Amino acid sequence: MSTWRETGLIFRQQLRLMLREPVWAVLGIIQPLLYLALFGPLLKPLTQAPGFPPGSSWSVFVPGLLIQLAMFGTLFVGFGLIGEVRFGVVERMRVTPASRLALLAGRVLRDVLVLLSQAVLLVAIASAFGLRAPPAGLVLVLAIVALLGVALSSFSYAVALKLKSEDALAQLLNSLAVPLLLLSGILLPMSLAPRWLYLLSRANPFSHVVDGARAAVRGDFGSDSLLVGFVSALALAVAGVAVGTRTFHRESA
Amino acid sequence: MAGEANQRMVEARGLARTFQTRGGPVQAVAGVDFSIMAGEIVGFLGPNGAGKSTTQRMLSTLLAPTAGEAVVAGCDLRRDPVGVRRKIGYVAQGGMTNPRALVDEELVLQARLYGLPAGEAARRAAQMRARLDLADLGAREVKTLSGGQKRRLDIALGLIHAPGLVFLDEPSTGLDPQSRSNLWRHIRGLRDELGTTVFLTTHYLDEADALCDRILIIDHGKIVAEGTPDALKRRIAGDLVVFSVGGEASRARGLLARQPGVREAGEHDGTVRVTVERGEEGALPLMRALDAAQIPVASMQIARPTLDDVFLTLTGHSLRDEPAQGARQHRGAS
Repeated sequence: MSTWRETGLIFRQQLRLMLREPVWAVLGIIQPLLYLALFGPLLKPLTQAPGFPPGSSWSVFVPGLLIQLAMFGTLFVGFGLIGEVRFGVVERMRVTPASRLALLAGRVLRDVLVLLSQAVLLVAIASAFGLRAPPAGLVLVLAIVALLGVALSSFSYAVALKLKSEDALAQLLNSLAVPLLLLSGILLPMSLAPRWLYLLSRANPFSHVVDGARAAVRGDFGSDSLLVGFVSALALAVAGVAVGTRTFHRESA
Repeated sequence: MAGEANQRMVEARGLARTFQTRGGPVQAVAGVDFSIMAGEIVGFLGPNGAGKSTTQRMLSTLLAPTAGEAVVAGCDLRRDPVGVRRKIGYVAQGGMTNPRALVDEELVLQARLYGLPAGEAARRAAQMRARLDLADLGAREVKTLSGGQKRRLDIALGLIHAPGLVFLDEPSTGLDPQSRSNLWRHIRGLRDELGTTVFLTTHYLDEADALCDRILIIDHGKIVAEGTPDALKRRIAGDLVVFSVGGEASRARGLLARQPGVREAGEHDGTVRVTVERGEEGALPLMRALDAAQIPVASMQIARPTLDDVFLTLTGHSLRDEPAQGARQHRGAS
């Protein structure tokens, strides 16, 4: 129970610090909005192409954008933690009896809250562009986004605590993010891909998450892709928190 | 929260830490044994890279020892690290605060992480601010504080839960002389008024001399001596008697080196410097010996050794020397 209390303490402190400098959270939403406005319309004629998934171009594109927002919005939160390590804040907290899980979870919760606010804004603007989706589907897709946020934010904190260097962290995360993005079918669906590329993308859990998100938005609630996508996101979240807590426990920050 | 008299606050046995680096294993702490009694101010004195911080980080649960054990504030370091964390305060070397946070935010958060309810946490925050001359700074952003104020805030954070034992890692590094002596006054107050046991590291001799009841001298990861500042100076270095003898220095040195009770004799620029157990008693026979050999003495001085002399005698290098290569690597790793 005290873990909940401590998580709340860290969450509120992190939120206060973020609200004192909200510019980063605002900047984080600009890029997906640019994709929405400047790239989304290009997809419209492609809906006729063989292999393009069912539904309007918006219901294919916006779920991908939401997953992209989740990936790039949270994968880089570790940079902030390296700053905190440098200031000695992390060590000061590790020397208290507070639960190591709480030290991580309070930060992750803040990131997920920021991410969800951005995602809701993106969905609202996408609706103005022409996205039509059942409310239950939108709720499911936001849940998937939140799970991915938990996974990647925990992972990012774990790696940051391990590397303790912004340069090394940037290199590592960039070299991970680009192949994960290209092999996930976020920008264009992988059903358009040649067979070898399609098979390669199946090894990337994010491609299943993207398929699941698309199924949710088009209201295909009984489909395997929704189930597989949701379970993939859940598994990533559990794995991320496990790695993160272990690192917070062990690492001499 | 004063501990009982004669209660051991720290009891370390064979505590060691080896870091794995690219250049191979580096032994930062090579097995230290010592104890600290409740109510003491004990100083860990040694050059940068000697293993002081590493030892403190092990004792405060931040770093797992690779060998040995310790009981800290009554809790076993390996079996009950959470118990240790509850009972100690730790003030890190490089600061502990977020520059964008407000002073009271940091203090209250820290108190609450130690389990205090909100009201009590706010009361403690105000108390600690008053105690450490930060009374009006509760609503200030940390980045606007001066170096001395920031350091006192670090100490307030380490003491917010009224621990019986506090670790201070290089408390006065980077402070101007006035802030330093002000900080020393506060550190003495912790023990005298709150009964807190203080274990500090320093590479400043004057700091160890001014603050500590007892000093542990550490070099290359090993404790090479311990005792009160006075006993250390007396036992190891003795007193220094300096005779000005002009051109006869080298003959005088040869003569004095053979006198009973003389430990060392050296010559430097027309003077002979002789180390004896007690300068007041040892000087007169030496004077007579010089007189008998018809060596004219222009002047004589008795000097108490400094802790730097002690350190030099014990380790063969000065505290101000550059740290050894291996030690520097370790600092990079920690």
